[in-house]
Amino acid sequence: MLEIKNLHVKLEDEEKQILKGVDLKVEAGKVHAIMGPNGSGKSTLSYVLSGRDGYEVTEGSAELEGEDILELEPEERAAAGMFLAFQYPVEIPGVGNMTFLRTAVNAQRKARGEEELSASDFLKEVRAKAKTLKIDAEMLKRPVNVGFSGGEKKRNEILQMAMLEPKLCILDETDSGLDVDAMKLVADGVNALRDEGRGFLVITHYQRLLDHIKPDVVHILANGRIVKTGGPELALEVENNGYAGILAEEA
Amino acid sequence: MALPEVKQSATEARLSALTLPEGGCLKAARHAALSRVQTMGLPSRRDEYWKYTKPDTLVQAEASKAAVFETGEAPMFDGFDRLKVVFVDGVFDAEASDDLSLEGISIERIADICEKDIHWAKDLYGVLEARGQTPVERPLAALNTAFATDGVVIHVTGTPSKPVNLVYRHADEKSDAILHHVIKVDSGASATILENGPAAARFNKCMEIDVADGGALHLVRAQGRDHERRAATHLFARLGSESVFKSFTLTVNGVLTRNEAVVELTGDDAVAHIAGACVGDGDFHHDDTVFITHDAVNCESRQVFKKVLRNGATGVFQGKILVKEGAQKTDGYQISQSLLLDDDSQFLAKPELEIYADDVACSHGSTSGAIDEEGLFYLRSRGVPKAEATDLMTLAFLAEAVDEIEDAEVAAAIIGRLEGWLARRH
Repeated sequence: MLEIKNLHVKLEDEEKQILKGVDLKVEAGKVHAIMGPNGSGKSTLSYVLSGRDGYEVTEGSAELEGEDILELEPEERAAAGMFLAFQYPVEIPGVGNMTFLRTAVNAQRKARGEEELSASDFLKEVRAKAKTLKIDAEMLKRPVNVGFSGGEKKRNEILQMAMLEPKLCILDETDSGLDVDAMKLVADGVNALRDEGRGFLVITHYQRLLDHIKPDVVHILANGRIVKTGGPELALEVENNGYAGILAEEA
Repeated sequence: MALPEVKQSATEARLSALTLPEGGCLKAARHAALSRVQTMGLPSRRDEYWKYTKPDTLVQAEASKAAVFETGEAPMFDGFDRLKVVFVDGVFDAEASDDLSLEGISIERIADICEKDIHWAKDLYGVLEARGQTPVERPLAALNTAFATDGVVIHVTGTPSKPVNLVYRHADEKSDAILHHVIKVDSGASATILENGPAAARFNKCMEIDVADGGALHLVRAQGRDHERRAATHLFARLGSESVFKSFTLTVNGVLTRNEAVVELTGDDAVAHIAGACVGDGDFHHDDTVFITHDAVNCESRQVFKKVLRNGATGVFQGKILVKEGAQKTDGYQISQSLLLDDDSQFLAKPELEIYADDVACSHGSTSGAIDEEGLFYLRSRGVPKAEATDLMTLAFLAEAVDEIEDAEVAAAIIGRLEGWLARRH
C-alpha cells in the first residue's frame, strides 16, 4: 500500500534536517502505529506525505500502490487515496461543512473519472455516516470547524475520512485534546473503516489511543529515523518505560 | 471664499459643457444645487475626501470613451418576477420598460413631477442631497441635482408584490448620463428596488431615499460588467423611527467606481445596513465612501464591505460612523476587508468613528490580506483542486457581505455572478 524508502526531509527555509532516512511499509488491511518523543519528526512525516508546503525531500521516495506521490499536488494525492486526519483541523469561516464535504467528494470522483454523487445520494450517505459519529445536522450546516470543540473537530475529520473512503489513512495525533469518551467515539469511527483494502498509519505520543485502535505493527520514530519496530507490546513498553529506556537500548 | 484657480477652471469647464434642464417646478431646487456646485467647486485631487481616488475623469467636461461590453450572459435579474424600468444611456425607454403601475407603489418620471403636480417629490428633490453636503462636501451629487436629465420618483405606499428593477443599459461608447431618483417610503410600507447595468460610459447617479416611521426599503444593485465605464453614485437616505434600510452593491469590473452612501438615522430604533462586494482585476479602481449619522436613540447601523483584488486593482474604503450627542444605545458596526490575490493590488482604508454619546457600542475593523494558506492546504488535502479551493475561500471571504442580502433568490444570483468572475480567471 504505502512504501517509504530512505526518506530524508529538511525544512525548506532553513538548514534543518528533520527526517534522516525513514523506511516504512504499510500493507493493505494493516494498522501501523508510529510513536515517538516530541520533535522526532512524526508530524513532518504526515505533512510530507500529504503534500504540505515548506518541506524539501532531499533523498528517498514514497509510493502509494506503486505510484510515486512526492511529486503530486496535495489534491492529486487525495484523489490517489491518501488522507490525513489533521492534528489541528483548520477552521474555514464562510464555507459550510456540507458544501466542503460535497465539493471534496465530487472533486475526487471527478479526478478518478467517476460520476459525481447526486445531491440526494450524497445527503443520504452523509447523514447516515454523521449519525454514527454523533454529528448532528447543525454541525453539518456550520462553517467548517468554526466554533467546534476539540472533540467535534476530530469527529469531523473521521466523517471526512468515512465519506472520502481513502486507501491510506494517516491519523496525526488524533487523540490530542480528547477526553476518554470522545476518544472512544473517534476510535470506533476509525475501527468501522478498517478494511482489507485499507491501510492506516496512526501517529501518537501515547499508548492509550492504541487501546482503542489496535495496531498490527508499532514503530518508534526518534531523531528522524525509525529506531525500533515491533508488535503491539512495543507500545506497552513505551507506556511503562518511556522513550528514554528504548532509545538508550537502541543507542 | 474664492476657489483655488485650478478647481475654479475645472468646475467652469464642466459646467459649460452642461445645459441646465427646463426647471419647471424644480427650477428653484436645480438652481440652488447649481449654486452649491459653484460655491464648493468640483472635486480635485487635492481634496482630502478624494485622496485615494482621482476624480479627474469624473469631473472632466467630456466623458472618456467606454466600449460597450458584450458579456454573453443574460442581464442580472432577468427571469425575476419584477417591474422593469429601463434607461438606455441615461434616457428612459418606455418601450423596453414594463407598465409602471403596480399595487402599493407609484412610479413617475422626474420630467412629469410638475405636470402631474406630485407634491412630495417636488418637496423632496435635492433636499436630502443638500443635507448630505455637511459636514463633508459632495459636489458631484449637487451637480447631479442641478443637471439630472432623467430619473424616477418612486412612492411606496404599501407592499408591492414584486421588486422594481431599474435597468441601466449602455449603448453609446461616449454616453455621459446623469440620473436622479427620489424614493419615498410611507409609514409601514415596504419595497425592494433592484438596479443593474453599466448605464453609460460615464454615469453620475444620485438617489434620495426618505423612509418614514416603520417603513422598509431594500436596495440591491449590480453595477454591470463593462470594463471601461466610470461611475460616481450617491445614495442619501433619511430614516424615521423603527424603519429599515438595507443596501447591497455588487461591483464586477469598471475602470473607476465611487459609491457614496450618506445615511441619517433620525428616528429611534431605526436600522441601516450598507454592504458591498467588489471583485477587480487589473485596471480597476473601486471606492466605497460611507457616512452614517446616528441622531436618535437605539439605532443600529452596519457597514460591511469586502473587496477581492488582483493584477494591480485598487480598492478604497472611507467609512465613518458619527454618533451625535444624545444618540444613546447606538449599535454601530463597520468592517472593511480586502483579499489581495497577488502582490500588485492595493487596498486603502480610512475607517472613522466620531462619538458624542456615552452609552454606545461601536466597532470597526479593517484588514487586508492574502488567501489563508492553511485553509487552502486543508481543502486541497481533501482533494479539492487548487483553483477550486481558492474560489471557495474567496467566496467565503465575500460571504459576510453577501449575507446582508435578505432575499435568498437575489443572493443566489449575486453569488452566481461572483462565481462567474472567479471561473473566468482559471
